[in-house]
Amino acid sequence: MLRSVFNRLIGMAIVMAIVVTVVFIIVRITPGDPAAVMLGPEATAADIAALRDRLGLDDPLPVQFGAYVLDLLRGDLGTSIFLNIPVTEALAQRAEPTFFLTLFSLLIATVIALPVGVLSAYWRGSIFDQMATTLAMFAASVPSFWLGLLLIQFFAVRLGWFDTSGYGGPGAGFFERMHHLVLPAVALGVVSSALITRFTRASMLDVLGDDYVRTARSKGMGEARVVIKHAFKNALIPVLTVIGLTAALLVSGAIVTETVFGLPGVGSLIVSAVLRRDYPVIQGALLVVAGLYVLINFVIDMLYLAVDPRVRF
Amino acid sequence: MSAELAPDTILAVEDLKTWFSTRRMTAKAVDGVTFSLKRGETVAVVGESGSGKSVTSLSIMGLLAKPGAVAGGRMLFRDRQGAVHDLARLSPRQYRALRGREIAMIFQEPMTSLNPLYTIGDQIAEMVRLHEPVSREEARKRALEMLQRVEIPAAASRLDDYPHQMSGGMRQRVMIAMALACSPALLIADEPTTALDVTIQSQILDLLRRLQAEFGMSILFITHNLGVVAEIAHEVVVMYAGRVVEQGPVGPLFANPRHPYTSGLLACMPDAGRDRAADGTRKALTSIPGSVPPITALPPGCAFAPRCDHRIEACEAAVPALGAIGQSHYSRCIRSAEL
Repeated sequence: MLRSVFNRLIGMAIVMAIVVTVVFIIVRITPGDPAAVMLGPEATAADIAALRDRLGLDDPLPVQFGAYVLDLLRGDLGTSIFLNIPVTEALAQRAEPTFFLTLFSLLIATVIALPVGVLSAYWRGSIFDQMATTLAMFAASVPSFWLGLLLIQFFAVRLGWFDTSGYGGPGAGFFERMHHLVLPAVALGVVSSALITRFTRASMLDVLGDDYVRTARSKGMGEARVVIKHAFKNALIPVLTVIGLTAALLVSGAIVTETVFGLPGVGSLIVSAVLRRDYPVIQGALLVVAGLYVLINFVIDMLYLAVDPRVRF
Repeated sequence: MSAELAPDTILAVEDLKTWFSTRRMTAKAVDGVTFSLKRGETVAVVGESGSGKSVTSLSIMGLLAKPGAVAGGRMLFRDRQGAVHDLARLSPRQYRALRGREIAMIFQEPMTSLNPLYTIGDQIAEMVRLHEPVSREEARKRALEMLQRVEIPAAASRLDDYPHQMSGGMRQRVMIAMALACSPALLIADEPTTALDVTIQSQILDLLRRLQAEFGMSILFITHNLGVVAEIAHEVVVMYAGRVVEQGPVGPLFANPRHPYTSGLLACMPDAGRDRAADGTRKALTSIPGSVPPITALPPGCAFAPRCDHRIEACEAAVPALGAIGQSHYSRCIRSAEL
């Protein structure tokens, strides 16, 4: 057990090292001169050269890479060329809406998907199952930004229950900020619930036909216990994978949704950094997103270990 | 109600009909099966795949999958307190109370019949706690005791093992331990040795016989293996295409089979000695040509007639009745007197 956790941690470290390298290379081979972009079309060649020198952009790549890795190990992601503040600070300022948006969306998605998927499978072919399957198909084919716009139109514009966009402005309290996340989280969560619902249903259908479910019934227990204790726990194993994938997708899905809802999150930071060729911010944000992916995978692996005694890494 | 069931009888299945009905057709998987089972005895239900033997056992357990349902007949069952229940008329709640506590079942596939996510100790203890108001520790103690009674070596150290850490034979022992944890009056064993190696098979049969003597339960043994029947059964019910074709005590039925299907099954049993000719060469294995007809397309007469060497015209006219041919020995063949 402990050995499996340790093996996974080693694996995580290796993946992150590869990610760091790839991110560094990708950003350097993208065309476009950040110094020229920052200084604007009026800048002289001499100004641009001076800025390139100050930012270390003229050093050989291995030198740039060495300095970059050393800084990373110190927790220093560099300084934003455009915002002129440390990248870690820029990210930290934007982390809250993205974090809570992803978390709430995932909660909404699983809270919808798991019971609906389980009951759909249990009552296979019933009206409930047919409605759930149709709705899931619909939700899966709707882009979250479109659903977001619909929600804004109805709940914000018509009913006035929510603001149409933003994060409450400076000085807004925690609950007011979270209130601004309700619509975007519903938009993302509902769309993501479709995939998890369908996987849960398929996995439950598989499991309900298994021999140990018949054994459970032959012991004389009630259906609720058969379904939850004996079937669902087994069905959960493949579903965990899909929840993990969904969580990873939500991080990138948040970028679009943040734009629609005008949320000052990591997503919108990345978009503006790309437009300005703000290398340190792009690098930092990519690393954080990749780190989140790796972390989510780790959490899923640990859940496997907890649920299934046969799993060893 | 108990007057209808002889005092030494645990189970009397009377004219059981289990049908699988869809809008377009009805498949009579079990059609008018009658047999009874005495306290402490073993009845073997024998037949090929599709004969209805497993559906019979699932009907008794009340575990039929839709669209299967008991369409007629009675299944009188006497519990350990002496009360008689007609299983065909129980509510789901009443059935749950009997299942596991009074009627338990073991299955063909020990590899998949245990839940892979729980320890075997938990799975046996769960059976106890479902039916008896005992503490967790007490249930665990009972689980350990059951593991010892099914002769699992170093039982105390296996209690916290998961099913994947055990061999097929060991898992079948665990299944038996679980089934007998509440000392049921009736154990239904659906091909419990089919998936096991031959050497393990006889160990499990020995174990079942010993436990039957210890616990005094009756066993309904479902199998297609007549060799197993000879070892364990008192009575035999031979099924073909949903109907009983011959039934009787194991001795007379083996010595003097009176239905061509039973004779055919007996002739199919490989026998190391008999299969050698005088000069030592190997004789071809015997088989019954053809296969069980689909129950949705049975011939109007005897269902076995198309495969039968003794077929005459009258066989195809009507389904023969199950006629008595000796002391509680019956055959569903119009020619049983001449065969």
